[in-house]
Amino acid sequence: MSPTAFERTTEQPIPLPTRVEPAAQPVHTLSILVRNKPGVLVRVALVFSRRGYNIESLVVSADVANGEFSRMTITCSGDPETLEQIIKQVTKLIDVVHAIDHTGQAVIETEIALAKLKCSLNQRTEILQIAEHCRAKVVDYGGESLILRIYGSSDKLDSVVALLRPFGIVELVRSGKILMARALETT
Amino acid sequence: MAQTEKTPTGGERIIQCLEREGVECVFGLQGGAVMPIFDALYDSKIRLIQVRHEQGATHMADGYARATGRPGVVLVTSGPGATNTVTGLLTALMDSVPIIVITGQTISPMLGKDAFQEADVTGITYPVVKHSYLLKHPNDIPRVMREAFHLATSGRPGPILIDVPKDVSSAPCTAPFTDEVDLPGYHPATRVDAAALDKTAAALARSQRPVLYAGHGAVIANAGRALQKLAEKLQAPVVTTLLGKGSMPEDHPLHLGMLGMHGTAYANRAVADCDLIMSIGGRWDDRITGKLSEFCKDAVKIHIDIDPAEFNKIVRPDISLLGDARLVIEDLLPLVRPCNSADWLKQCAAWRKQFPLRYAKKGGLRAQHVLDRLDKLGGRDCILTTDVGQHQMWAAQFCLTTKPHHWLSSGGAGTMGFGMPAAIGAQFGCPDKKVWAIVGDGGVQMTMAELATAAVHKLPIKVLIINNGFLGMIRQWQDLFYDQRFTAAALEGNPDFVKLAAAYGIKGWRIRRAGDVDRVLKAAMAYNDGPCVVDAEVMHQENVFPMIPAGASLREMLIERPRHKMDKPVGST
Repeated sequence: MSPTAFERTTEQPIPLPTRVEPAAQPVHTLSILVRNKPGVLVRVALVFSRRGYNIESLVVSADVANGEFSRMTITCSGDPETLEQIIKQVTKLIDVVHAIDHTGQAVIETEIALAKLKCSLNQRTEILQIAEHCRAKVVDYGGESLILRIYGSSDKLDSVVALLRPFGIVELVRSGKILMARALETT
Repeated sequence: MAQTEKTPTGGERIIQCLEREGVECVFGLQGGAVMPIFDALYDSKIRLIQVRHEQGATHMADGYARATGRPGVVLVTSGPGATNTVTGLLTALMDSVPIIVITGQTISPMLGKDAFQEADVTGITYPVVKHSYLLKHPNDIPRVMREAFHLATSGRPGPILIDVPKDVSSAPCTAPFTDEVDLPGYHPATRVDAAALDKTAAALARSQRPVLYAGHGAVIANAGRALQKLAEKLQAPVVTTLLGKGSMPEDHPLHLGMLGMHGTAYANRAVADCDLIMSIGGRWDDRITGKLSEFCKDAVKIHIDIDPAEFNKIVRPDISLLGDARLVIEDLLPLVRPCNSADWLKQCAAWRKQFPLRYAKKGGLRAQHVLDRLDKLGGRDCILTTDVGQHQMWAAQFCLTTKPHHWLSSGGAGTMGFGMPAAIGAQFGCPDKKVWAIVGDGGVQMTMAELATAAVHKLPIKVLIINNGFLGMIRQWQDLFYDQRFTAAALEGNPDFVKLAAAYGIKGWRIRRAGDVDRVLKAAMAYNDGPCVVDAEVMHQENVFPMIPAGASLREMLIERPRHKMDKPVGST
């Protein structure tokens, strides 16, 4: 008799693991309300890292309205199916009250950046023009340096940084995106 | 005036909380950082089961919990004592078993300073617990203990770890007992919404080839009776996962046995050809589905689970029913009518006849024969525990489980060394039951030290070693897929297990020939003066069939050794 109960299908080569560049994946922003307890950040981060999901920015702060809770805003990119699982697994954590993916939702979002530029006197005028145009504020004047503070959406920050890069950014610190759902929607 | 009680220490409060939760026994191993808690056990009515290795304690608590439905409790020390529980935590997490592991810790001021026997235990265990605590103050103890038991046993059960610095367990605790929990992020589901139930009933009414697939969730939720009623009312066949065994009596005519990688051919055939599959507390594990893109491609998929994260994790169900498996089925029962499934049941019966489980009766002693005889000689009334590997699959195939909580096996984690300590835990939880640990010669040596624990308590567990001198499942894969290059599969240097048992004062028998099987199994079954060991020396060439190579579709199942050379499987282990 035949050795198999059913017909054998065609032989397949062993597939290589697929590598997908994170940049090619859609960016998502999650807002997570958590208990303000030690370890909660690690628990949330582990849900991402176990699945090979990279966190691009992470902002954590105490919820002023209720000190028992903290708010996390996480920006990440990766395939949507894994993200669905990540949100569920994050929600499952005992210290997490809720996790919401705000991608595609009407939200107010903002970010802040500090950029330190090393610049000679003859470059200064041009940098200041860019700063004024982009409503960036000079927060430190040095003999050979400037520090600019830039507010706005993350996209805007990206383009301002791109404009400034040719002048020589020595240091760049970005806060990471924060957001809030519009009107009375829950963040 | 009533005599005022002296203020308890944190350690005493922990033990009082355990008493208050109805804990009968604690599986533990002493150590410097946990001495204040052990000291409190001195005056307690809670029974302390002292183990030889902390991993054994976790599997005992796990076996206790699976057999009784009540949480098992582990008490160990800091550092290596705590890290030795990691495998047991993973085992319990993967199979949703409620255990509570209390670990000693260095004194709070020394945390993070590389103190003697300090380990970042909460840090090490985050991925393998349902939740965990690092106690910072003795007055947190009553609330944390209540929360731990609530979390371990409600919703989808799981392991909870409580790390207790020695200064916290030594200092006085003035906080009263509490029934209140402070868990604003925890809302386990209970009952399903009516619309999803109606949709399910409608889908079932249209189905002509339904299959009900029961997983561990059905056992945990005690959904067996409801499941049987549903199967009988619908006239739908039932298949179970490895851990779903016992949810419904396996000798029921509608029961097709276990599905999946080493499931029965008729169960897998039914799943491959069904037009509707309903999971009752199963999680579509890769052992079950094989190649996912081929799995039940055209069938309606319905998924009952208490954990919403299971929906869309592996399979995107057409209907998902969030809730306790028993309550969901009970709500569904009045809504369903018998399916038009007479032809389907006839077809399933034909497959059962065409592809029965079988093994050669001639030649050397075969594991299947030993396990088949154990089943026939009263195994169905016993609690059976297993390790992981060939013996586990043969036991699953040939030892039918007719009652819930009578089949205890490490499914998700596949933890070798689970079987014997789990049997010890089960026997403590169910002293009136006969408990058999069915183990391999590889796995049993991983937690063999617990033979001492069984001997000390004269526990009448029966350890049946299916001894083929190999890591049998590894050998099987090498035989089928790796050109018979047997690297690191033979277990050279195995001890004489009967002599080893004797060294512990444990009764032992050896089976070498098929003719010895019944006599020895009967003697072991009747032996009640303590543990006993049966060393069954079986032939090593035997492989487990049916077999679906990892990552292959259910239709590629092998029911016997193929004559052609096989490709290496594409799926995981």
